[in-house]
Amino acid sequence: MSVDAATVRRIAHLARIAVSEGEVPHLQGELNAMLAFVEQLSEVNVEGVEPMTSVTPMQMKKRLDVVDDGEIADDIVANAPATEGHFFLVPKVVE
Amino acid sequence: MTDLTSLTLAEARKGLADKTFTSLELTDAHLSAIEKARVLNAFVMETPDRARDMAKAVDEKIAKGEGGPLAGIPLGIKDLFATKGVRTTACSKILGNFVPTYESTITSQLWRDGAVMLGKLNNDEFAMGSANETSCFGPVANPWRRDGSNTTLVPGGSSGGSASAVAALLCMGATATDTGGSIRQPAAFTATVGIKPTYGRCSRWGIVAFASSLDQAGPIARSVRDSAMLLRSMAGHDPKDTTSVDIPVPDYEAAIGKSVKGKRIGIPKEYRLDGMPAEIEKLWSEGAAWLKAAGAELVEVSLPHTKYALPAYYIVAPAEASSNLARYDGVRYGLREQGKNIHELYENTRAEGFGAEVRRRVMIGTYVLSAGYYDAYYLRAQKVRTLIKKDFEDCFAKGVDAILTPATPSAAFGIGEKSGEDADPVEMYLNDIFTVTVNMAGLPGIAVPAGKDAQGLPLGLQLIGRPFDEETLFSLGEVIEQAAGRFTPARWW
Repeated sequence: MSVDAATVRRIAHLARIAVSEGEVPHLQGELNAMLAFVEQLSEVNVEGVEPMTSVTPMQMKKRLDVVDDGEIADDIVANAPATEGHFFLVPKVVE
Repeated sequence: MTDLTSLTLAEARKGLADKTFTSLELTDAHLSAIEKARVLNAFVMETPDRARDMAKAVDEKIAKGEGGPLAGIPLGIKDLFATKGVRTTACSKILGNFVPTYESTITSQLWRDGAVMLGKLNNDEFAMGSANETSCFGPVANPWRRDGSNTTLVPGGSSGGSASAVAALLCMGATATDTGGSIRQPAAFTATVGIKPTYGRCSRWGIVAFASSLDQAGPIARSVRDSAMLLRSMAGHDPKDTTSVDIPVPDYEAAIGKSVKGKRIGIPKEYRLDGMPAEIEKLWSEGAAWLKAAGAELVEVSLPHTKYALPAYYIVAPAEASSNLARYDGVRYGLREQGKNIHELYENTRAEGFGAEVRRRVMIGTYVLSAGYYDAYYLRAQKVRTLIKKDFEDCFAKGVDAILTPATPSAAFGIGEKSGEDADPVEMYLNDIFTVTVNMAGLPGIAVPAGKDAQGLPLGLQLIGRPFDEETLFSLGEVIEQAAGRFTPARWW
């Protein structure tokens, strides 16, 4: 399988990465090189094989259903590029 | 007094215990070495004041007999580990001036045990790379050069700063992370020891995430014993990482010097690649002979799905990366580029903040997870991953204790040789061909220096172990180290 220019633009949009028209051919070439490389997986017989979900066979530990953290709003917003009080600021979303 | 930077961690521990020198003296010696080695670009942030404060505090503890297992030992920290109050960037522009308000579990355990932080180490952006050339702080130089040449070589990646700093005697050990070979490949390129423990052995909490089902932290050190000492402090269960395993951490150092008599060592025939350099082949046979001379038994084994590990990795890792890196949106932390609306803000921020390699991987990951392609790519890759793991399980079920392979298909190469605009990304990815299977199967793997190539560059061997049997790797690794000796680069910086 290989991707065309329109697909490159669609993937870039899905990935939320701005891509200029000039960058498309180069990216297309790189993505297709990677897809050609992974193409060899199609020769593996995976009939009846379970996909891996956890590499270590273990029961996941569960935490108690109690609040054990919080009241750190100052920390949460400390690195934000734009804030007001304890809120993150973004461009207007709803007109 | 001998140069304090040339000691191993184990020797420094003794010197500190015997009061031959203080942690402050040891720390100062390393800080001054770092200052003189800035041309290597191994550190992206030096924290001398903090280092001296930590050293003084630990000296007082040592005087009172309260020093921990790493008391007074100066270390470097890969910039992927969150360090409270100290800028942490994953060497990406998108994290900009991110200053964590928390400390990663692993580093907090190192400080608990008395270690001293010298600064933050360079790495490939978000740990994506095999040459440390994708860092937003620029490439790292390998302290090793070819005989008679002054071409600057890469230290490997992604933990290139860690490997370079340890090899150049700038720190006594370093933290590192390994998603496809990022501890073992740079260790092999710099004649240092690097161990990627079993998945779940170390907490991932507070480490910038790349591919969560593959990422695992471990140390890069000057000797096998040093790496065992560091791993003991780094490992352990952490309630904040549900994939960390709640089993006791052994005293890894006790495994050093333990007899390897009767251990069955698998030599996988699939690792004998067409066109593999003769010197790698020779190194591999030598390593096998050393283990045999120490009483181990060699058996040829088969890992039939080996060739599919790298292509499966280049689906699974980018897929997980594309999800993990969705958090960099220009809203909550890091870089923000303005846009007319929220979507443009996201797109402009991510275009500006991510480097070329990260963009490429996020896009591939997005594609293989997208509607209509998920089954053909992602699901199939996860099935292949099951088969790769089963290859190892079959091997271990036949009584094999560990597997010996080369660590890398070549020695270090020049900066820019395999990167740049027209380079084929796959060419760079092939660096991890011997290491990536281990991440896919969640197993422990150690890289130990074993010799040099014809141009005088270090080469390493890799030992792969059973899950949570790092101890056998330390015992076997020490046999190789004893036979091969230790290698130090000639100082040119």
